[in-house]
Amino acid sequence: MNELREVARKLLAEGTVNVVIGYEEGPRGVRPAFITAAEQADKLVFDTRCVQNLATYLNPRRKQVTQLGKAAVVVKGCDARAVAGMIREKQLERENIVILAMRCGGVLQNPETDTELTAETVSVRCAGCTAREPKLFDHLLGELPPEPPVNRQRLEQIAALEKMSPAERRSYWNEQLSRCIRCHACREACPMCFCVKCTAEKSQPQWIDSSSTLQANRAWQTMRVLHQAGRCVDCMECERACPEHLPLGVLARYVADAVERRFDYKASDDPTVPAPIGVYKTDDDEEFIR
Amino acid sequence: MTNDVRLGDEPPWSPKIVAFVCNWCTYTGADLAGTSRLKMDPNVRVIKLPCSSRVNPLFIIKAFERGADGVIVSGCHTGDCHYSTGNFHARRRFSILHDLLHFMGVDNDRVTFAWVSASEGNKWQEVVNETTARVKQLGPVAAAEEKGGAQ
Repeated sequence: MNELREVARKLLAEGTVNVVIGYEEGPRGVRPAFITAAEQADKLVFDTRCVQNLATYLNPRRKQVTQLGKAAVVVKGCDARAVAGMIREKQLERENIVILAMRCGGVLQNPETDTELTAETVSVRCAGCTAREPKLFDHLLGELPPEPPVNRQRLEQIAALEKMSPAERRSYWNEQLSRCIRCHACREACPMCFCVKCTAEKSQPQWIDSSSTLQANRAWQTMRVLHQAGRCVDCMECERACPEHLPLGVLARYVADAVERRFDYKASDDPTVPAPIGVYKTDDDEEFIR
Repeated sequence: MTNDVRLGDEPPWSPKIVAFVCNWCTYTGADLAGTSRLKMDPNVRVIKLPCSSRVNPLFIIKAFERGADGVIVSGCHTGDCHYSTGNFHARRRFSILHDLLHFMGVDNDRVTFAWVSASEGNKWQEVVNETTARVKQLGPVAAAEEKGGAQ
């Protein structure tokens, strides 16, 4: 943490960057912070409560952030994949961003209530993490903490859903998605949702009814995860942002697994690796095509 | 023969199936099936598109939302695309869509993906008849939904 503060202070003092996007202590736990002065660098913290994916703030259309000037951003391995994704998709220039990558030993599922990392409290997204030491960085900081315990809850949920009949799965999702209030917080929190105009807002033709009906909610979430196929970095910010606690991370992870199974692609923090949708192989799987 | 429908006469349910087909292969193949007078179930509404890669997954979602009971998506065999690579890209997208629909509880029997070339009138006939038969067996989407969701 001291290393992080020191680097941030130096970057701000030298004028290399105008703002450091990191985490600070807030009234209700750790929150995102925008540090613009070197003397404030001591506010920065990094621990297992830092669940937010700060790459979201690099969206070039977030004017409140871009107006602060050149940014340095604190990322975990999973977040670094989002930065890589934005570079890959030409939303960011690599040289316009300073990446402060933290070595990570897992984060909490509920930082408001839990403190210790156990198999129950560790975030389900940390299960099987291969990015504890990010490869995309300008400064790689911190000691590598021990490997976190594994929370298999989400993987078990996916396996349980796959065992159900189509009818049972459908009623499960109907039950869940009928709670969606269409606030689109999942989209706003997502670092990879940066379209100037979202399909959900297009009205000519209107692809997705903007009111919160089951049909429209199903269409919205189906479209959202489809647009994330091969792009999702599995940071689960969609699920964390959801006021209705929809299991959006389950959908996201299922699609990510399908992408891996079919195209042998895992979300990568190397911006030069092409995303799987947009390229093809002549011998791609087509067992489902007649 | 008269087609008089009197008030109160409910026509028996018959599935509505939407087919998104590419202009160059499947549409021509379907045309061949027609001119060859092959017998096909009359449940399929054909929508012609330039290429199978023009089929946005939203088309399929929307079709179900608006009351379709089944969907057929068909284009040129891989390697035969009029635009060289369109169906390779389409195949990648469809494979994920196929898996996701399955995971969200849309019966895979309601969605048929097929490659039908311009000379395969017979195959088009099979695709149409088989899809219709499968969807008939599953019943209407709306009824399935009321029963607790068996789309």
